[in-house]
Amino acid sequence: MAYVTDALPQPVLAPSYDDEFVQERHQTWRKFKRHRLALTGGFVLLLMVCGAVFAPWLSHFDPNAIDTHWQGTPLAPGQFGHWLGTDEIGRDLYTRLLFGARISLTVATFAVVIEVVLGTFIGAIAGYYGGRIDGLLMRLTDTFLSIPLLPLLLVLTGIVAASSSKASLNFSSIVLIIGLLSWMNVARLVRGSFLSLREKEFAEAARAIGCRDARIVAKHLLPNAVAPIVVQATLDVGNVILLESVLSYLGYGIQPPVASWGSMLANAQENITIAPWAAIYPGLMILITVLAVNYMGDGLRDALDPNIQ
Amino acid sequence: MLNYTIRRLLQAIPLLIFISIILFTILHYMPGGPLAPYMQNPHITAADIARLKHNFGLDRPVWIQYVSWLGNYLKGDWGWSTMNSTPAKDAILERLPATLELMGLSYAVAIALGLVFGIIAAVKPYSLVDYFVTTFAFFGFSMPVFWFALMLQMLFSVKGFHWQAFGYAFDYSFPSAGMTSTEGGGFWDRVQHLVLPVLTLSMLLLATWSRFTRASMQEVLHTEYMRTAAAKGLPFMRILLKHGLKNALMPVVTITALSLPGLFSGAIVTESIFAWPGMGRLFIVALGQQDFALLMAYLVLSAILVVFFNLLADLAYGWLDPRVKYD
Repeated sequence: MAYVTDALPQPVLAPSYDDEFVQERHQTWRKFKRHRLALTGGFVLLLMVCGAVFAPWLSHFDPNAIDTHWQGTPLAPGQFGHWLGTDEIGRDLYTRLLFGARISLTVATFAVVIEVVLGTFIGAIAGYYGGRIDGLLMRLTDTFLSIPLLPLLLVLTGIVAASSSKASLNFSSIVLIIGLLSWMNVARLVRGSFLSLREKEFAEAARAIGCRDARIVAKHLLPNAVAPIVVQATLDVGNVILLESVLSYLGYGIQPPVASWGSMLANAQENITIAPWAAIYPGLMILITVLAVNYMGDGLRDALDPNIQ
Repeated sequence: MLNYTIRRLLQAIPLLIFISIILFTILHYMPGGPLAPYMQNPHITAADIARLKHNFGLDRPVWIQYVSWLGNYLKGDWGWSTMNSTPAKDAILERLPATLELMGLSYAVAIALGLVFGIIAAVKPYSLVDYFVTTFAFFGFSMPVFWFALMLQMLFSVKGFHWQAFGYAFDYSFPSAGMTSTEGGGFWDRVQHLVLPVLTLSMLLLATWSRFTRASMQEVLHTEYMRTAAAKGLPFMRILLKHGLKNALMPVVTITALSLPGLFSGAIVTESIFAWPGMGRLFIVALGQQDFALLMAYLVLSAILVVFFNLLADLAYGWLDPRVKYD
């Protein structure tokens, strides 16, 4: 039985402390490089970013313009220069996919930044001070974790949509709503690492020489808690892309005519019998992007986690 | 154990009150509040609105409204659904069985397949099965649920199966919407309607759970009690399932409970795509109609279920691991 022999303890090599930091960073990159799928994921993501940034130069169609050849039915792939065809009102699918990448990637980036800042802040306070504050903040975290996220997001976007018009559901309100409701995992992570970090000698030393709390947290504790935050943030980029797409699909996200992968799918559903391509490609883009992000996050986890050799 | 159960139940109460306060406040700031559906009606004047506001007690401070809502909720009055003109409780509870059927079956399918996949992958790491499970898991949680549902509909409902061989023709396509055919239909009809929605929803869970089972099982396989069991000469399956699985299940139990909020979210999407007459679809319609009482009833009920199942998972822990001390 092979698995029994695998259990022998691995020899622990004594680390050399010269140039530890440089070595560590070098090692992280080496480990990440070894994770071939993560590397591929990073490359695919880079391609997506390039596609999003250079979208106007990568296609000679306008994402919102209706093709003059369009006569009520979607143009099939290959017709009149639309190599992925058009959607149900004759807009070039390939161009809309490129512009959709802009929405997905920027919503995800900004929402994750908000989420990480908020989560780190709450987690740091809870973990550093402990006691009652910790108890209170963790109950707050539990509260938000117990409410299913999608319905809550829908209610909030619904409120924004109802308060003036659907058009007010623009980019920044979506980003803000998603960011403000997904900080819980980061908060828990940061709290966990802070609870153990604050007991370490270097934290005590910093306290002993009279550092203010803010300085201890920012200069001494936070840098030691970065690795799990980075991994979580990467994985959350994928989650936010999925969330944005489902919101837009249900009509409570990015509003038409702006191209978003989710809203493109909502329109495609009605025409799934005559234009299946319009339903396939946007979803494929979401899948590929999120897959790339998740593989990258997995690689980062392996590379940054000191417990995995 | 009993003490612990009671204490956890008591802890759940403030949590649920906290949740309901947050939800009530958020929904209260919906423009128009509970009267929103009346606002759009041109036949209702500002004076009518003011009168309705007074009648419903909406001109009182928010916190008083909340307290009276809580009192009514506990008494079983979940408010009036403006959309259906029925009590919100009836509207929700009427849809609850359909959602529970969908969610429960998806849960069961995902648990069964997730355990099997995870265990095989753990026992034979880096084998073909393992690569398949790992890749499948990554695809599973990177895929937008609604797109997966659309693709299933496209392949199995719109296209369907049309085979011809040896003079026999085989034609079949899965129903793409609803819980039963319009003319009703028996057990078999219901099963056919269940296939695609359950496949969609269980996919979401299966991906995470199989990966989790694999990791947890692999950890257990390397423990000393497993080696001892092997050294005693016990049969492999017995070691695996009796000594291994029971210990490997612990983190899996936690993750299955933690997946529940995600399952509610997934059910909303799945139900609206497959026109499944459950709570999730009702929620989407209520959102469009700004039906305050229904939205509130749905959110609170799902939060109660989430809290309850988390509690259940904690208790299951004690059953799986007698070392856990409840005091």
